[in-house]
Amino acid sequence: MTKKALVIDDSRAMRTILSGILGELGYEVEGAEDGGQALLILNSGGPFDLALVDWNMPQMTGYDFVCEVREEPRFADLRLVMVTTENEISRMSEALEAGADEYIMKPFNKEMLLEKLMLLGIEADRD
Amino acid sequence: MRVETSELAQADFDFVRALVKQHSSISLDDSKGYLISSRLLPVARGEGFESVAKLIAHLRSRAHTRVHTQVLEAVATTETSFFRDFHPYEALRDQVIPDLLRKRRETTRMLNIWCGACSSGQEPYSVAMVLRQVVPDIDTWTIQLLASDFSGAMIERARDGIFKQLEVNRGLPAHLLVRNFDQHGASWWIKEEVKRMVTFFQLNLDREWTCIPQVDLLFLRNVLIYFDVETRRRILRKVRRHLRPDGFLIMGGAETTLSLDDSFKRVQFGRAAFYQTGEGSGA
Ligand SMILES: C[S@@+](CC[C@H](N)C(=O)[O-])C[C@H]1O[C@@H](n2cnc3c(N)ncnc32)[C@H](O)[C@@H]1O
Repeated sequence: MTKKALVIDDSRAMRTILSGILGELGYEVEGAEDGGQALLILNSGGPFDLALVDWNMPQMTGYDFVCEVREEPRFADLRLVMVTTENEISRMSEALEAGADEYIMKPFNKEMLLEKLMLLGIEADRD
Repeated sequence: MRVETSELAQADFDFVRALVKQHSSISLDDSKGYLISSRLLPVARGEGFESVAKLIAHLRSRAHTRVHTQVLEAVATTETSFFRDFHPYEALRDQVIPDLLRKRRETTRMLNIWCGACSSGQEPYSVAMVLRQVVPDIDTWTIQLLASDFSGAMIERARDGIFKQLEVNRGLPAHLLVRNFDQHGASWWIKEEVKRMVTFFQLNLDREWTCIPQVDLLFLRNVLIYFDVETRRRILRKVRRHLRPDGFLIMGGAETTLSLDDSFKRVQFGRAAFYQTGEGSGA
């Protein structure tokens, strides 16, 4: 079955880049401009396997999104990866404690994203 | 000063190739001319030579100097990363180290691990982080974690244990980054207690392995590929003597002992393969 991913970032350019990479890996990708919109998508469509989550966004931040998602047992299998310019170790700890599975600091490249997905055991089967 | 970047003359290339082969055992084929000149360019610039050719002329005119060492270190590929390829570390964490702990728990309570080409330290530090994860009573064990490299510059960097954001952003699980590093602005310092677990020293794998004990785990990842077949065989013969019968040799993702030395057998752990010499119980 095709895996589904949600890319949550208020920058359209960033959504395009991330969606492009995940698309190459065989994911079916949807985008959201902030946490609130992402929650709506999660609640109506689904199930999603992976969400890439920016931190700073208007309305609902990525951090609040992670907290909300982790409140809901039915999203327990959703892997949450922060992709953000918040590069402080304290921020990283907060996000992990809230339930993020991985954390990528911007700037990043495609290889880094693939390596993080490999850590979560959800990279595509590349040879 | 502008340093010209033109192609190396064949004689200059041959000189560097012989120097490198003699001192670091690395084999450079003819296709490496461009690579050599691009890697020597910063050395030439740093030492005030107006071209790579002038730098090489200097090397030729003298016995071994500090500049020779710099050239040898610049030629070696030192690319590495934390938890490189991940699967071997997963196998160590979930199967291989727990098995070793079970076997040694009632006997020596000792583990010897050696990374033989550790570059800037990401490999031994990854091993140290895994050990901290899976050995609950780590203080009651004697764990010797050795890490060596041909390059003195790399050993110095490894000992410092200071990494750029770019380096910790790659392959390193975020929870291990948070647990094992302190952040100082844009640089990430491995914590003292992790650093203390590793003993770094300089060693050319193609020279005498003095002070190397028998080991349970021997990492020779992404290094034999730079040597010719004879050198690889010579080094694998030494591995045979230094690896415990139930210990494992761990090579790079694309490397194998097959066709080089048939005394090793391949043992598969999930998506990683390690090598064993003796009667070990296998997977
Ligand atoms: C590509 S790095 C691999 C680092 C690490 N093992 C890994 O897999 O990520 C190769 C390393 O081998 C070292 N090296 C090259 N020739 C060597 C020799 N003759 N003896 C010991 N180390 C050597 C280089 O200095 C370099 O740091």
